[in-house]
Amino acid sequence: MAQICGAEVDEEGFLVDLKDWNEDICKQMAADDDVELTDEHWDVINFLREYFEEYQIAPAVRVLTKAIAKRMGKDKGNSKYLYSLFPYGPGKQGCRFAGLPKPTGCI
Amino acid sequence: MATKKFMYLNRRSSFGTVYAIESLEVVLIAAAFEQDVSLAFMDDGVYQIVEGQETDGIGMKNFSKTFHALGDYDINKLYVSKESLEERGLSESDLMPLVYEDEDDDWEEKPSVKVVTNDELKAIMSEQDVCLSF
Repeated sequence: MAQICGAEVDEEGFLVDLKDWNEDICKQMAADDDVELTDEHWDVINFLREYFEEYQIAPAVRVLTKAIAKRMGKDKGNSKYLYSLFPYGPGKQGCRFAGLPKPTGCI
Repeated sequence: MATKKFMYLNRRSSFGTVYAIESLEVVLIAAAFEQDVSLAFMDDGVYQIVEGQETDGIGMKNFSKTFHALGDYDINKLYVSKESLEERGLSESDLMPLVYEDEDDDWEEKPSVKVVTNDELKAIMSEQDVCLSF
């Protein structure tokens, strides 16, 4: 099985054991995707991790967008902005960077 | 896409079998497709939304926390059988205070859980396009 910084990942690059996550793994995943992590990325990644801690699920994109809008304002809580940060999808790519499973219902 | 009314009927307690967690998983998938989703809890299923579940001792994921996210998925119709609660010595105050924010009412928090009699539940079920039992 493939590894990132010594942690096992599945065939889609998601961490097998969520407890393995650390910032270095996140940075390596981003580098592999040619994404340079900014504070704006970290805001979303941290939000995803908090959401998972509270609800035990990775939020669907629709839910993520709504929640970000509520917390950080409408200029950030829209899919255009979130896709500009995570071109492969704020749900799928964002959750992967955050060490979460793939969002339920995500195809 | 046409919207259908889906009801997920939960009749088993949270742990010991996979029914409860699988049901919740399917509920979230249906919600991602923006269908009209409601949940019903009867028989031992009422235990799924009892407040204060703790799973450290059995080494399982405490997915009861996920019920609090349902409001974000626009799932705000959780019907609980009054008879099933009473048979188990439970009342509405033993259940998790699950809420949703009403978009049409200035995002006011409103309760998602509604205790209904089995007769009322029967009537609600007959209005559904699809009813799935877990």
